Amino acid sequence: MTLHETLPADTHDEKAIERPSVYVYDAPVRIWHWGNAVSILTLALTGYLIGSPLISVSGEASANYLMGRIRFIHFAAAQTLTVLLILRVYWVFVGNVHARQIFYVPIWSGRFWKEWSHEVRRYMFMTRQTKKYAGHNPLARFTMFLLFTLPLFFMVITGFALESEGAGRDSWEYVLFDWVFSIWPNSQDIHTNHHLGMWGIVIFVIVHIYVAVREDIMSRQGIISSMISGERFFKDMED
Amino acid sequence: MATAETFYDVIRRQGITRRSFTKFCSLTAASLGFGSGAATAMAEALETKERVPVIWMHGLECTCCSESFIRSAHPLVKDVVLSMISLDYDEMIMAAAGHQAEAILEETKAKYKGKYILAVEGNPPLNEDGMFCIDGGRPFVEKLRWMAEDAMAVIAWGACAAWGCVQAANPNPTQATPIDKVIHDKPVIKVPGCPPIAEVMTGVITFITTFDKLPELDRQGRPKMFYSQRIHDKCYRRPHFDAGQFVEEWDDEGARKGYCLYKTGCKGPTTYNACSTVRWNEGVSFPIQSGHGCIGCSEEGFWDQGSFYDRLTNLHQFGIEADADKIGLTAAGIVGGAIAAHAAVTAIKRVTTKREKADA
Ligand code: HEM
Ligand code: HEM
Ligand code: SF4
Ligand code: SF4
Repeated sequence: MTLHETLPADTHDEKAIERPSVYVYDAPVRIWHWGNAVSILTLALTGYLIGSPLISVSGEASANYLMGRIRFIHFAAAQTLTVLLILRVYWVFVGNVHARQIFYVPIWSGRFWKEWSHEVRRYMFMTRQTKKYAGHNPLARFTMFLLFTLPLFFMVITGFALESEGAGRDSWEYVLFDWVFSIWPNSQDIHTNHHLGMWGIVIFVIVHIYVAVREDIMSRQGIISSMISGERFFKDMED
Repeated sequence: MATAETFYDVIRRQGITRRSFTKFCSLTAASLGFGSGAATAMAEALETKERVPVIWMHGLECTCCSESFIRSAHPLVKDVVLSMISLDYDEMIMAAAGHQAEAILEETKAKYKGKYILAVEGNPPLNEDGMFCIDGGRPFVEKLRWMAEDAMAVIAWGACAAWGCVQAANPNPTQATPIDKVIHDKPVIKVPGCPPIAEVMTGVITFITTFDKLPELDRQGRPKMFYSQRIHDKCYRRPHFDAGQFVEEWDDEGARKGYCLYKTGCKGPTTYNACSTVRWNEGVSFPIQSGHGCIGCSEEGFWDQGSFYDRLTNLHQFGIEADADKIGLTAAGIVGGAIAAHAAVTAIKRVTTKREKADA
């Protein structure tokens, strides 16, 4: 694999730090990542509270709007997430190669599956050799596509279908997502699946954060900082 | 069968004078905001239009739809049956029987080809060539197909005809099948509910006879005018839902105060029906008003959606019944455990690797 060595400019007459780095995540991907992460955490929390509401409040109904607020936050975060996702999909076409990675899996590529099985063996402690990839390692890419990208679209689609129920049959939500009710004529199924989808994403997040932290420590590559600064450092090249 | 009466005939038969009749037409036209010609057009329509012949058949069902129908208050069912439609055949309430009854079907089919409405209560079982429901010596499914051939439209009464209902519940031994899965070449109007609300049933019929066209249907084939909103959208307890005030347990303080029944499994948020607007028994009440959640009786497969007291479906695929949260939490717990184990192995490996390197 080719890594172009970028030497940070020597602005203050100091010696340039010679550390190979590669620009992986461009700004839109990073902004999307954190915007998306915050939206999803909000959605999971408020979604859970929609499914299992808090203990009843007392007083007049007209003096309270707790459930309404929780639902409002869910919908607001959902709209934010959707707009970010649309921009992110746009970036798939305009951004760099890494911006495309989690939106498809090159199942036709022999090399991909070879590297994939290498990574599986590495996580099973069957090999110690760490390969370096500029973007995601193939296993990460595979997992992200399967356990994140697809579920995310699923959540958006089922979410808007649910929203169309309250918005009404003449709403744009219903115009765009009425077909979901042909798959599940009873919207109770959509609720159940939307709810299950949340748990799928929560599990992804748990694994994702663990793997990111672990990789950062183990592989001596700037994994976490790459999602903040965009650049990935390879702390030692001889490994 | 006598020649079909027109509406005017019926109106006169009920002792209404011609004078009152024209007055009714102009008043109605005015109150509906129609133009000046409408009153005459209306009078003419009522004078010349024959009442729509209706054939009402029964497949696998419990007759709750008929029970509901005969209790319609607005319009009174007697007005529907005796004045608005010409209910030529209904095994449940007609006097004719046997060959005499079968003859009516033949006659209607021939005489009103493409003009009669086929109203079906219940559904046909398809297993064993339809042998689980024999009607007049042949499988009901055959009779259904035969009568549907020449009908103008088919009304699928109730959850049975619309979705399958209890006889189609898992494992559906007789393979009971909703009407729209059997009749493909005619418009099928689904009027689901177990039973449907009486006024919704007569309302659908009134619409067809009055406007001479079929009501607009939604994606699922239900008349939009009664099924385009959920119970939840028009529920009078909705302010308690938005406020976050729930019945936590039966007979608690919240139940006495009439709080929202969401936590006790109310299916109002996923049920399309007119109960919260039209209500039942002449508008006296409906389940939620009586303190019990909606059980979603007008929804597809409502018998297979688990307990009446759970809002979400229990998932049987997981061996024992479990709800979405239990499954999610268990899976998250397992994953969390696996991560802890993985992290531990990672740490140990790291230490041993370092030692190996140092030893070397
Ligand atoms: C990853 C993202 C999301 C998560 C984790 C999530 C989670 C949840 C959960 C757990 C529920 C409760 C389901 C129930 O028990 O009935 C829910 C309800 C809902 N969600 Fe989401 N959701 C997400 C995205 C979305 C999106 C993109 C929309 C689109 C508008 C949306 C709209 C809704 C609606 C309308 C409801 C139903 C609210 C109600 O019945 O009062 N969700 N969500
Ligand atoms: C504090 C928490 C988090 C940290 C430290 C973190 C860190 C990272 C890092 C380092 C990467 C790059 C991984 C690689 O190249 O191998 C990444 C990618 C990604 N993360 Fe996170 N993440 C966090 C939370 C989340 C959350 C909550 C979500 C959403 C559920 C999420 C979704 C993603 C996605 C979808 C990517 C792929 C980005 C792309 O290639 O387009 N992350 N994250
Ligand atoms: S009682 Fe049922 S239908 Fe009424 S507001 Fe509560 S959840 Fe909705
Ligand atoms: S409230 Fe729900 S369960 Fe009860 S009759 Fe209406 S739709 Fe059926």
